[in-house]
Amino acid sequence: MFRKLTLSAAIALGLSSGAALASGGTSHVEDFAFSFEGPFGSYDQMQLQRGLKIYTEVCSACHGLEHVRFGTLADEGGPHYGIDEVWDYAGQFEVWDPELADGEGDFRAATPADKFPGSSLSNAPDLSLMAKARAGFHGPYGLGINQIVKGMGGPEYIASLLSGYEEAPECAPEGFDGNYNTVFTAGGYPNECKDEHGNHLYPGSWIAMAQPLYGEDTEFDDGHSNDLHHEVQDVAAFLMWAAEPKLNARKEAGLTGVIFLIVLSVLLYMTNKRLWAPHKGKKRDEE
Amino acid sequence: MSGIPHDHYEPKTVAEKWLHSRLPVIGLLYDTLMIPTPKNLNWMWIWGIVLAFTLGLQIATGVVLVMHYTPHVDMAFASIEHIMRDVNGGHMIRYFHMNGASLFFVAVYAHIFRGLYYGSYKAPREVTWIIGMLMYLIMMGTAFMGYVLPWGQMSFHGTAVITGLFGAIPFIGESIQTWLLGASAVGQPALNRFFSLHYLLPFVLAGLTLVHIWAFHSTGNNNPTGVEVRRGSKEEAQKDTLPFWPYFVIKDLFALAVILVVFVAIVGFMPNYLGHPDNYIPANPLATPAHIVPEWYFLPFYAILRAFTADVWAVQFVSFITAGIVDAKFFGVLAMFGAIAVMALAPWLDTSKVRSGRYRPMFKWWFALLVVDFFVLMWVGAQATTFPYDWISLIAATYWFSYFLIILPLLGVIEKPLAQPATIEEDFNAHYGNPAE
Repeated sequence: MFRKLTLSAAIALGLSSGAALASGGTSHVEDFAFSFEGPFGSYDQMQLQRGLKIYTEVCSACHGLEHVRFGTLADEGGPHYGIDEVWDYAGQFEVWDPELADGEGDFRAATPADKFPGSSLSNAPDLSLMAKARAGFHGPYGLGINQIVKGMGGPEYIASLLSGYEEAPECAPEGFDGNYNTVFTAGGYPNECKDEHGNHLYPGSWIAMAQPLYGEDTEFDDGHSNDLHHEVQDVAAFLMWAAEPKLNARKEAGLTGVIFLIVLSVLLYMTNKRLWAPHKGKKRDEE
Repeated sequence: MSGIPHDHYEPKTVAEKWLHSRLPVIGLLYDTLMIPTPKNLNWMWIWGIVLAFTLGLQIATGVVLVMHYTPHVDMAFASIEHIMRDVNGGHMIRYFHMNGASLFFVAVYAHIFRGLYYGSYKAPREVTWIIGMLMYLIMMGTAFMGYVLPWGQMSFHGTAVITGLFGAIPFIGESIQTWLLGASAVGQPALNRFFSLHYLLPFVLAGLTLVHIWAFHSTGNNNPTGVEVRRGSKEEAQKDTLPFWPYFVIKDLFALAVILVVFVAIVGFMPNYLGHPDNYIPANPLATPAHIVPEWYFLPFYAILRAFTADVWAVQFVSFITAGIVDAKFFGVLAMFGAIAVMALAPWLDTSKVRSGRYRPMFKWWFALLVVDFFVLMWVGAQATTFPYDWISLIAATYWFSYFLIILPLLGVIEKPLAQPATIEEDFNAHYGNPAE
């Protein structure tokens, strides 16, 4: 019985890898090297500032950041602007204040205490948590190995998606709803581009959002490269910060905790050894 | 309290005598801490203290989180973000609490499998085992309700799926589901009551922890040999045991510190690894996620739930003889709860007179297969229900039941156990040598 079980398990496992390859709906998320990966990684302040600029000039036309407070743009471990710059920046946006006009409510210029406005288009999702909500945790065989080994997650997905727009394959009918993207898998897919088993012949699917970045969409004061490859990484890094503003502080706390606990473990190990020594003879070589 | 003879507390000062004659609380603490403990306990006997610590951690972090959380369908998600962004240290407290649940389950599964291997469930420790199983059930309920509170996509749709399981009970299922949710669908009433129960149940767990400890302090600890401590006299018992304080407290604290190194590394460096990214999307009743996956610690039993589909002959047979009352969905629900029930019944299903798996040559292999089976179920629980995963989960689920219902009763009859050491002292000296030599 034992042998049969192992055998069937082995066969089943062997088959599963084949099945995973055969199923449609693939996409390729590129492994970008972000500064905040790994236990010692932290945000690159200049990259976050560039990302904010791209967000402001391109993304914010449709999307919002409703959980992010303007004031946090001045935080250490973030874009770290001066507070005066944040006042100026927030002033570009208008927020609804229900206390104005004798309780009737009115619009006023935003202050650092306010949050970014939400999305202005109903089908444009809020971007506050996008970098955490799109973390590709599944990895090979559903074990999330890509995340552990390569540090891949939401920012890689966002950067890949933004640079994943391509000419639609020829099989697609004229005027098929949406824009072809090789990374986005949750969108529509024309039947003409599937084989007889329903498997997709091309990676990705059709996304509602038109290609937002083409390269050279914005100019940076420090003359940093603004080609598409750099822009998508900058904006993805900014969105990671928007989703996880305390990342630097968290990693520092984690490192301190790990070092402290290692020292504590060593001390407790020695205490334990000393404590038990009178009750143990010489260790015998067996087992 | 303990059946093992040992020194009891004697009040010495006037103040101690005064208190002792009115409330013997110091004596209770003394006897609990100084309890004779088998000196051959190995490193699998450290999970109890990890569990006690984790319960404390979850209650402490949880109480602080409640100060900033709002149990309202329109505000819950934003209030979690408020904790993550605006509350001082809130992001660390929340990540500790979130990953604390995972540490809790790692420890409880290690603790349970320790008991299964060394026969800790066997007489006279059945009550300890049953209380432990009850605590495990309450833990699962608490964890599930806690996962609902952030009101993300997985929170919402997971709740719909899990409470839907109760809807599968024939005749009264729908009423039970409505009663659980406080409405016909997942919404504000469900969020409010889950919040209330998520706060209450950990304290029930704390109470049951005391009963759990009381129970095994009454019978004495099991140990890797499964051989009982000699109780003829105090001197005899002292050859087999050492007092819990300081020997086992320091040993357990060392193990706890090592485990916390890993835990703090996960919290600090990859706090979202064990969670599902979809829970960072606010709950939307109109958009169901493509794959609704429970947290990793539920996956083995989730796999068993999904394993028994309508095309399995056993399901068709049961459906036929019950005239369709037990359909595939209800069968799955019964299987899921049954998988825990058979584990709880292990003390009466295991017919072997030998406690420890160490001296059971055949049992060892079946037990090892059960551990593998558990991980296979965990993995397959997160996969799609298509071929070949449906077959893997069916085979794995079948083995889980076979182990408890067929293999355990049978092994006691056919297996020839190895010789056991006469005493704990003999086993201890065989490993560490006799200090007197």
